[in-house]
Amino acid sequence: MDFTLSKEHEMARQLFKDFAENEVKPLAQEVDETEVFPRATVDKMAKYGFLGIPVPKEYGGQGCDPLAYAMCVEELSKVCGTTGVIVSAHTSLCIDPIMTYGTEEQKQKYVAPLAKGEKLGAFGLTEPGAGTDAQGQQTKAVLDGDEWVLNGTKCFITNGKEADVYIVIAVTGKIEKRGRMQKEISAFIVEKGTPGFTFGTKENKMGIRGSSTYELIFTDCRIPKENLLGAKGKGFGIAMHTLDGGRIGIAAQALGLAEGALETTIQYVKERKQFGRSIAQFQNTQFQLADMATKVQAAQLLVYKAAMAKATQKVYSVEAAMAKLYAAEVAMEVTTKCVQLHGGYGYIREYDVERMMRDAKITEIYEGTSEVQRMVISGSLLK
Amino acid sequence: MKIIVCIKQVPDTKGGVKFNPDGTLDRGAMLAIMNPDDKAGLEAALRLKDQYGAEVTVLTMGLPKAADVLREAIAMGADKGVLVTDRVLGGADTWATSTTIAGAIRNLEYDLIITGRQAIDGDTAQVGPQIAEHLGLPVISYAQDIKVEGDKVIVQRQYDDRYHVLEAKMPCLITALSELNDPRYMTPGGIFDACKAEITTWGRADLKDVEDSNLGLAGSPTKIAKASDKVRKGAGEKVTPDSPDEAVDYIVGKLKEKHVI
Repeated sequence: MDFTLSKEHEMARQLFKDFAENEVKPLAQEVDETEVFPRATVDKMAKYGFLGIPVPKEYGGQGCDPLAYAMCVEELSKVCGTTGVIVSAHTSLCIDPIMTYGTEEQKQKYVAPLAKGEKLGAFGLTEPGAGTDAQGQQTKAVLDGDEWVLNGTKCFITNGKEADVYIVIAVTGKIEKRGRMQKEISAFIVEKGTPGFTFGTKENKMGIRGSSTYELIFTDCRIPKENLLGAKGKGFGIAMHTLDGGRIGIAAQALGLAEGALETTIQYVKERKQFGRSIAQFQNTQFQLADMATKVQAAQLLVYKAAMAKATQKVYSVEAAMAKLYAAEVAMEVTTKCVQLHGGYGYIREYDVERMMRDAKITEIYEGTSEVQRMVISGSLLK
Repeated sequence: MKIIVCIKQVPDTKGGVKFNPDGTLDRGAMLAIMNPDDKAGLEAALRLKDQYGAEVTVLTMGLPKAADVLREAIAMGADKGVLVTDRVLGGADTWATSTTIAGAIRNLEYDLIITGRQAIDGDTAQVGPQIAEHLGLPVISYAQDIKVEGDKVIVQRQYDDRYHVLEAKMPCLITALSELNDPRYMTPGGIFDACKAEITTWGRADLKDVEDSNLGLAGSPTKIAKASDKVRKGAGEKVTPDSPDEAVDYIVGKLKEKHVI
């Protein structure tokens, strides 16, 4: 077992770090304050291939692996949680299902412009009444001639109004399963601008405030028959598998937030003086830093292991769930402790840790709450 | 068009400087980056490649680990990398370095050679023009803008408060300033390709038309008498006298105390 990073991963990390420091960090506070989607940053990331890192070159991507992609989200999130999740939702939740389940025509048509960053992607599963209970879908798709007609509402959609291509999960009928009638769920590719597809409320959030979180509303929205993604009735499986990958991205985001807060705090405690000496000289500070660094390292190992598992294994649900569960909880704990070590200044907007703590909370909630991750993990233990 | 860009791996100014007992830099023990002027030269070459189409070869002389800057350059968009490395070439001053690099370049085809103005570790600004001299090429130094028209280059050369516009027929050599441009980032895919790319590695035996007496530490006319790391000064003493006269008295007193006057 070798924990040494390869040369290419070391170089990739340096690239993501430099980009994050130079291009992302200077805007992080403003993006949070103004809730403005960082379009210029997204365009720069597109230029340098950050929006198609794990996608094969023949589909316009960079031909790298899930670990390089996770490192990108990690480094971006160290300085800006908003920017991290934009890349994660686009790559894991939109490109990945098309790459995995799409026809060759769908890959050519959608993946190439998404991977090059000419278009941005999003994923619509959650509904007002279907959160953790994702089977409770109400959005319907009915085949009418050569078109599917979509009706329903999706909520809390990341990259909501800014995306161009959406993966939308909808009910296409009923099927009998183990003697019970169940919803038949399918996945679709929907393009922005399709008549009948509009946006509802913009969510005013606690954190990741520059991320565009919207309601998607479908009213007799007609999409071509060929935009069905994967087989009819396989949508729930597609959504769950997509979320397995997405959780690695969110775990990387959580890891980055924890690392960013810890780095900032290490700097701060060396400078902040109380009782005539730096607060780094107090054992309380030292022990807290030691505990946080240990947990961050453990989170990193889980995240990287999950990313490697995605590269080499067909099923990686448990690895992804463990990585997300642990990294998200570490992110919340570390950012909260970092605010505490900053004292009153940690509660002030101009100090990065204040934003990081607000950004961290969502990592315990979206793409499967921590409770859902525990269900996935325990399910595998008790099957 | 074929462009050769000479780049150098230099100590990262964020890290400490370490010396060998003979006063030369212990490059193996220091964090390293691509020299900023050279990076601007590479970016200029890559822009010419984007605009006109070109094959860009990056060349460096150094320890085996200097291959890292070649891979970085390939990850930015360069096509090929050549590493010149050999123990007998170590400890070279600008003369021995330019002799070595010219000896390597004689094996390559080129229309244009771009070097950085100077390296942040030596600050001599001599190697670029010396390479041109060895190869019998026209040289335009301190370029802040480069254009290509047919078989000639049109270059703005920085000169104090103004610039000169110079033309030269290719092949020629240009030395670039870091102010020339903002170098692009690598791309993730470029990095993965660069790490698989084959780096051509040459030693003393591969250098063309050079004599041993002009190579390495032995072939360097420059002799280093003493070298030391920058001594960091303390915070100093801050005084706030009540009047100019008092300030003068204080300063004169201090100068006497230190036997300056």
